[in-house]
Amino acid sequence: MRPPMADAPAKSTRTETMTVNMGPQHPSTHGVLRLVIELDGENVVSAQTGIGYLHTGIEKTAEQKKWQQVIPLVERMDYLSAQSNSLAFIMSVETLLGIEVPERVQWIRTLIAELQRINSHLVWLGTHVMDVGAITVMLYSFNERELLLNINEMLAGFRMFPSYQRIGGLREDLPVGFHEAVKSFMDRFPERLATIEDLITKNEIFLRRTRQVGYLSKEDAIAYGLVGPMARASGIDYDVRRTFPYLKYPELDFEVPVLTEGDVYARYRQRVAEMRESRKICLQCLEKITPTGVYQIDDYRIVPPPKDKVYTEMEALIQHFLVYSQGFMVPAGEAAVPIEGPRGEQTFYVVSDGTNRPARVKSRSPSLLACQALPVLIKGALIADVVAIIGSTDIVLGDVDR
Amino acid sequence: MDAPTLQTLLVERVPGARVEPAAAADYPTLVVSREHIVDLLRTLRDDPDLGYSCLVELTAADYLPREPRFEVVYHLLRLGARDFPRPGENPPAARLRLKVPVPGGDARVPTASTVFPNANWLEREVFDLFGILFEGHPDLRRLLLPEEWEGHPLRKDYPVQVSVPVRTTSAIELTEQEFVANIERQRRFTGAKRTS
Repeated sequence: MRPPMADAPAKSTRTETMTVNMGPQHPSTHGVLRLVIELDGENVVSAQTGIGYLHTGIEKTAEQKKWQQVIPLVERMDYLSAQSNSLAFIMSVETLLGIEVPERVQWIRTLIAELQRINSHLVWLGTHVMDVGAITVMLYSFNERELLLNINEMLAGFRMFPSYQRIGGLREDLPVGFHEAVKSFMDRFPERLATIEDLITKNEIFLRRTRQVGYLSKEDAIAYGLVGPMARASGIDYDVRRTFPYLKYPELDFEVPVLTEGDVYARYRQRVAEMRESRKICLQCLEKITPTGVYQIDDYRIVPPPKDKVYTEMEALIQHFLVYSQGFMVPAGEAAVPIEGPRGEQTFYVVSDGTNRPARVKSRSPSLLACQALPVLIKGALIADVVAIIGSTDIVLGDVDR
Repeated sequence: MDAPTLQTLLVERVPGARVEPAAAADYPTLVVSREHIVDLLRTLRDDPDLGYSCLVELTAADYLPREPRFEVVYHLLRLGARDFPRPGENPPAARLRLKVPVPGGDARVPTASTVFPNANWLEREVFDLFGILFEGHPDLRRLLLPEEWEGHPLRKDYPVQVSVPVRTTSAIELTEQEFVANIERQRRFTGAKRTS
């Protein structure tokens, strides 16, 4: 409550709350999120969330596409972690098909998933800290992210949405110089991350803006389904990579950082720690990946045969034509294989009716659930902290609305 | 814990519930009757032997022309973490899928938001895109599409391409007197002094 002003007569002191509309074009809402906040002075009494401004019906569109054509679509859902989306989708479809990709492909996929995690966390770090007022960090972290986008470009010709991973393997073999590019990034990354940390980890302004702000309890984290970095920063020791291992994670040596404070600052430290672990994983993967080798399964009903065979063998030409004209059939059934995406558990619930097009594709988006929990986090905070709290949840509105 | 074991356990704990295992490529799947879904979810969450404390996904699928046409799907997760939900060691991590068949002519399911708070928006999304009603839901409005949208796009009989006429709203027209009066009223309301 505000103290009444000394010179104002008591009867003119008004006590009703004020409603403030924030968004959908507010720059700190990371897209088009609308918040209607009820304020008592500077304290938030309640908040309502409005979403749907980016809804593009990707799930309906996916039902019209052949299985392989869905990959570019799902990459555009969560546009900051495109390759995690496609990995989750591919893993579900491959479970339905009952195929297992070669070891080398699994190593490459693991590497790509971790590069994507670093990429996404760097964007989060830059924008979140800029919301709180530190612009320098954004420039530093986007600089590093640029190098990761260059690696994507080298890999597939695309920077944001490479569509490099395909059902049954990869689109093509690794480019020349890939190892060196990743290695040189990994060599400079710890120092750059340390520079960023020097700027903010013990920065008095940053600490005051983030500590004991936006507290999320263990119970709330699970009740709202925020499994991922959010729950780990609140003390839930759960990571899909360790609990339900997939790809090559069982063979890798890495730790799952867990913090207990559950505030905005803990979520910052959580994600920075995850970037360090991702770097460790990437380096281990690099050692296992040979520069050239097998990059897809050899079932030509699912993946197109190599070009030299298409030009010389009748059988390969037929298969090439079939793969590109009618795609492949997926046995009827359903699957939802969880993976640990940058924002938390990502799953694609995929239903097949036995044809060459999916009957249902549903993305479990961690951002949607984080968005749902926003009023719980914001309630009782100061209006100036709302921006810090939204940033700390790491929502991507493309993933919320799909 | 495999599907048949879960089936016997659940039938024992929730009398009258119909629980049948179903084939799935990834993890245990049970088809359950919609009348008992809330009791089953609560049992799965609270029973110390079960402890599926997290609803990771709630969605639906349309199997037109099959009848019952819809399936509402619940994905549950047992974290297997230390000290959660109970202090000390907890049962190992596991996943479970529950499916509720819903007939097209009577598309309604009891709401799960009384058990899992995050079911609130997920059910709104299913209502929005499939038109399945969730009985007892505190706030069953459209989530992604505009309020006045007609139809439910993820139904199989909804056309892929629909053209909706562009709606325009005309600008508010104010006379100068009304404009000034508005500002004056606002000033009186906030007690601000005129600067000029």
